[in-house]
Amino acid sequence: MEAAQTNYIGSIGLKPSMGEVIEMMASAPATETTKTKFECRDVEVFYSDKRALHGINMDVPDSGVTALIGPSGCGKSTFLRVFNRMNDTIPNARVAGQILMDGQDIYSKDIDPVLLRARVGMVFQKPNPFPKSIYDNVAYGPRIHGLALRKNDLDNIVEKSLVRAGLWNEVKDRLKEPGTGLSGGQQQRLVIARAIAVSPEVILMDEPASALDPIATAKLEELIDELKEKYCILIVTHSMAQAARVSQKTAFFHLGDLVEYDDTQTIFTNPKDQRTQDYITGRTG
Amino acid sequence: MSANAKTSIHQTDQALGRLAKRKAKENRFRYAGIAAVVIAMVMLGWLVVSLVGTGYTAFFQHYLTITVTLSESDLDPHGARDADQLRKANYRKIIQQALYSRFPDVTDRRGKRSLFHTVSASGATNQVRQMVYQDPDLVGRKITITVPTSDDVDQLLKGHIDRDAPEDLRKVSDQQIEWVDQMVASGDLTLEFNWRFFTSADSRDPELAGIAGAVVGSIMALGVAFMLSVPVGVGAAVYLEEFAPHNRLTDFIEININNLAAVPSIVFGLLGLAVFLNFFGLPRSAPLVGGMVLGLMTLPTIIIATRSALRAVSPSIIDGALSLGASHTQAVFHHKVPLAASGILTGSIIGMAQALGETAPLLMIGMVAFVTEIPTSVMEPASALPVQIFLWSDSAERAWAERTSAAIIVLLLVLITMNAIAIFLRSRLERRW
Repeated sequence: MEAAQTNYIGSIGLKPSMGEVIEMMASAPATETTKTKFECRDVEVFYSDKRALHGINMDVPDSGVTALIGPSGCGKSTFLRVFNRMNDTIPNARVAGQILMDGQDIYSKDIDPVLLRARVGMVFQKPNPFPKSIYDNVAYGPRIHGLALRKNDLDNIVEKSLVRAGLWNEVKDRLKEPGTGLSGGQQQRLVIARAIAVSPEVILMDEPASALDPIATAKLEELIDELKEKYCILIVTHSMAQAARVSQKTAFFHLGDLVEYDDTQTIFTNPKDQRTQDYITGRTG
Repeated sequence: MSANAKTSIHQTDQALGRLAKRKAKENRFRYAGIAAVVIAMVMLGWLVVSLVGTGYTAFFQHYLTITVTLSESDLDPHGARDADQLRKANYRKIIQQALYSRFPDVTDRRGKRSLFHTVSASGATNQVRQMVYQDPDLVGRKITITVPTSDDVDQLLKGHIDRDAPEDLRKVSDQQIEWVDQMVASGDLTLEFNWRFFTSADSRDPELAGIAGAVVGSIMALGVAFMLSVPVGVGAAVYLEEFAPHNRLTDFIEININNLAAVPSIVFGLLGLAVFLNFFGLPRSAPLVGGMVLGLMTLPTIIIATRSALRAVSPSIIDGALSLGASHTQAVFHHKVPLAASGILTGSIIGMAQALGETAPLLMIGMVAFVTEIPTSVMEPASALPVQIFLWSDSAERAWAERTSAAIIVLLLVLITMNAIAIFLRSRLERRW
């Protein structure tokens, strides 16, 4: 499966269709079971009185990519924002239930959301680089967390992060130029570099490719595939082909319920729930 | 009609008629818009032309060159060169003698008096007094000096006094006109740039009055207003917008801030009078008090401008900062406030420009006083530009009319400069990214 995936990445523009991906997966061994990163117990999210998520129970593995799919308004983005407590910033939003990260409740009083967000990075739907230089974009996180004491250390972190985000070769000669001047795909990879510069354990991605063209999307998927070796990745996506290509586990949400959660291969080849099947075959959603 | 010739409903005569109507409507609107712009431009042009037309002559002033004899017997009869004695001496006589010797034909008292009134009486005497006081060695010598003419002579030569009017309806007598014409012909009476207008403070005599005192007073008051209202206003706005809980109290505060922005400025003047002067006992007519009143008046404008600038910052930037583990305060001060800076600055400068033109509150706290010194500190009595315009416009002599217009031109120039600075700073701050 690794080989198959890197193959198509080598030839951008020849992305395998969803059918081909599923065929590839069918021939690949099932993902081996790993440690659990997040345990979600009866997670509910309310916006004022409206309940957006109805008691989600789900374990997120420590490694690999977990995709959250479902029709618009199904609560997948809301669920993603539970993991770094970004819902805290929305007035009137309330989270109930338990989310354990490595066994510790991230909504307990001992957890400071500021430190949690340093451990759980996030990439948004629309690339949102700061209106600062490329260098300052990446250096911002390490600076506020005091991760680099000397200029030299900071330079190293910036370079390493940009290399890891696959952007270094494109921007190394113009680190002082504004990050907002990059193309959409480059901006999204800059934002990823910015996120990994603070050494998170988890990266949340909220439809990261929805504003990108197919070539930039392919590059981004290639990057996600590399990053999953080092980080636990949760990705919300509208593209089922993308979920099939990049993820090992897939969760299907519908109207605030977690309908089905299984190995990606199983979800796309042998869904147990009729709603999942209707959605992935394009009959609904 | 065959089936092939069947036309779309958008090609029928009725449809074309509707289209023509729609176009006519668009054209009517366009003409109305052009007419509005033309009317606005004409009114503005009228204002500027009339101001500059009456005001530009105040930038020039007629000066008379005369030779005065600083005789020792008049100035320093004891020969001690005592500073006090030199100050008290009769310089009026010196000027008079210089003029009488120039026109020896004039012998009667009335004629002599009216001859003396062709020069600025206090202007000329003070000028000579200053020279002698600073350099006592001048006593006993004969020097040539250039002194301002009286405002009536100046107005006559500028054409503002009608020579053909009957003598008893004219401020200048036939005799005076004759002398003036002789002095112009001899080249002693010349038109020069009126530096005094930009370097001195107010005076009873129009030919000696200047705008400098008012400009300095306005700048001081604005400085005080800026230092008070910008930090307080921006701080209040950032707190209310970003940190304050949303409850009845903050709603109430918000409503009151919006109401304060609409409160007539004279009310702020009364507040200043009651609080700063009567309660705290601060000096009257001081730019410090004027600035504090203007600052209070500008506060709501700055708060409202800052809040809307903060609201205009894309929330995705703040989400980005928060998702990296920035605290709320860091996200606000590292990203939101810098991105809103150009808007905050524009709002502040517009508020300051408003304050610059404000007259009513300054009248209440006594900045309407007649001040002949350029203030050197914010505690000294001072006037302000709009108040100076108000004072001059109220004065009787013909010469004040052109000075009032000239002062308005200066005020408008200061305003234009401030707005230009605002535009420049905004484009600088925005161009950075």
